[in-house]
Amino acid sequence: MPTLEIRDLHVSVETKEGPKPILRGVDLTIASGETHAIMGPNGSGKSTLASALAGHPKYTVTSGTVTLDGEDLLAMTVDERARAGLFLAMQYPVEVSGVSVANFLRTAKTAIDGQAPALRTWGKEVRGAMENLRMDTSFAERSVNEGFSGGEKKRHEILQMELFKPRFAILDETDSGLDVDALRIVSEGVNRAKDNTDVGVLLITHYTRILRYIKPDFVHVFVDGKIAEEGGPELADRLEEEGYDKYLGAGAVSA
Amino acid sequence: MTLTTDHSRAVADGAHTHGAVKPEGSRAERRTSFSLDEIPVPHGREEEWRFSPADRLQPLFQADLGTTGVTVEVTPAPEVTVETVGRDDARLGTAGKPGDRTAVTAWNGFEQATVVTVPAEAVATGVTSVRVEGVAKDATATHVLVRAERHSQAIVVLDHAGDATLTETVEIVVEDGAHLTVVSVQDWADGAVHASSHRARLGRDAKLKHVVVTFGGDVVRITPDAEFTGTGGEVEMVGLYFADNDQHQEHRLFVDHAVPDCTSRVTYKGALQGSGAHTVWVGDVLIRANAENTDTYELNRNLVLTDGARADSVPNLEIETGEIAGAGHASATGRFDDEQLFYLQARGIPEVEARRLVVRGFFAELIQEIGVAEVEERLLASIDAELEKSMSVITGAPAVEAPTA
Repeated sequence: MPTLEIRDLHVSVETKEGPKPILRGVDLTIASGETHAIMGPNGSGKSTLASALAGHPKYTVTSGTVTLDGEDLLAMTVDERARAGLFLAMQYPVEVSGVSVANFLRTAKTAIDGQAPALRTWGKEVRGAMENLRMDTSFAERSVNEGFSGGEKKRHEILQMELFKPRFAILDETDSGLDVDALRIVSEGVNRAKDNTDVGVLLITHYTRILRYIKPDFVHVFVDGKIAEEGGPELADRLEEEGYDKYLGAGAVSA
Repeated sequence: MTLTTDHSRAVADGAHTHGAVKPEGSRAERRTSFSLDEIPVPHGREEEWRFSPADRLQPLFQADLGTTGVTVEVTPAPEVTVETVGRDDARLGTAGKPGDRTAVTAWNGFEQATVVTVPAEAVATGVTSVRVEGVAKDATATHVLVRAERHSQAIVVLDHAGDATLTETVEIVVEDGAHLTVVSVQDWADGAVHASSHRARLGRDAKLKHVVVTFGGDVVRITPDAEFTGTGGEVEMVGLYFADNDQHQEHRLFVDHAVPDCTSRVTYKGALQGSGAHTVWVGDVLIRANAENTDTYELNRNLVLTDGARADSVPNLEIETGEIAGAGHASATGRFDDEQLFYLQARGIPEVEARRLVVRGFFAELIQEIGVAEVEERLLASIDAELEKSMSVITGAPAVEAPTA
């Protein structure tokens, strides 16, 4: 079964004062079909994990390994990782002026699959996926993320997850900034992708409310650049009650 | 009245922006004349030449220019007439006067002018094509007059190709109620040096869409002037340029709001790549004291694709009346956005393809505004060809020579 395997991952970010360590030894294994929630306070390094896995140039892996189905993910370029089946739904999707959503989706799908999608079925598939996410068809003609509301940007991210059919998807605070309706619509999209494709999901969030819609198999508490505690869905319930205080009070807790 | 200035993103490495040097006095005081004596050979430090490679333009500063370096061939729309006339034709020289040395040598150097006329109330059913082809390197002067008589409509496309050392006048007369689109494409071969003074005069309720596209040639310096002479006029000036290694592309615009109730919109976008690539954009807008209810906005954006390129961008807005509808400008010069690249690559799109998407996107909106399908398609092909050159740096593949569009 395909797995995304992270071993003792250390990651630094470049700052004016030199490299600053953010991730300090992350171990995590995600198998197909599993949903792992990573929860933690602001600044704990959750989003750094997401960006580093996708290959953002700002982050440097200083040690550790990441393999996707046995292949060395860290040796791949950003686009190679995506073509290998990794998808990152970004916290702050970027505007690309003058590039229509329709053109972008077709270009990306072609790159990921290594061949252009069949014209007849692709249009239908896109329209259907947009309908499911309550996106107006006029969306296809707009420039990528340009002038999108926060909710529209997140729907557009999940639209891509549904259309590109990745093997592993990282959702970086997809729930942040969404009202209840949008949260439900976006969560339904993630659940459809899970049902249809056996995708492994790494769901990064600060809040527990999205976990009412997307049921995690495992919950990991992220503190100070590594996993401080792990458990099943019940751990999320406890965090909802207690918050992150217990992890923060005494400084970093070793896992 | 709104007055907006957006300089928030105006400065990138190697880019100089607005406000560095204020031209002496008002743009209205700039000398214009048909006489060679009154506009002498510049020494290069004058306001209008300070960004230009004066040494490479020297041949065009001379008084004794020839006329055989280019051929001019017109394929008119059925409704449009074409004539070749002598210097004494009374229709010539009515759209303003030369405002710099290459403009005055162009005026004094030509022997025969090409006159393209859209007759009154005619609506041209096709594009009129004017092809200016460089055939010899001798410093040459040429003159083209495009006249849209009252209430006519037409699209005229000027193409510049081949190799030439050319100073050119393009006079544009848009009479009352006429709607004219003039597109000037500079797709010269390497080595070409081209100065061109575009002088447009608009009558009452006249509309001019003026499009400049500059890709080829060593040095290209275009100075479009637009002057309103009746109320209700509208001018839209669109420009697109792409400079490579050691290319100098300069566009200096002047919109003269001399009468009330006129509108001007200026949008110029450029991309630069390679060492020594230099672009200059200067946009002067003058709203004279009696030009009440003027509405104007000008924008220049530059995308610097590689190190070693330099974009100068200088918008100047002079307002002599408080009674205007709106006036603003914006200038921004930026580098390739790494976050955009990351976003596209994270969707599996290889870097080369991602860069192509971003640059095409940068120009796309502007290209769609041109409104001439055959020109739009050609431009996209030219942009792709230009991009192949910088992509080869990334991919390590040998540079591919851009096919001429």
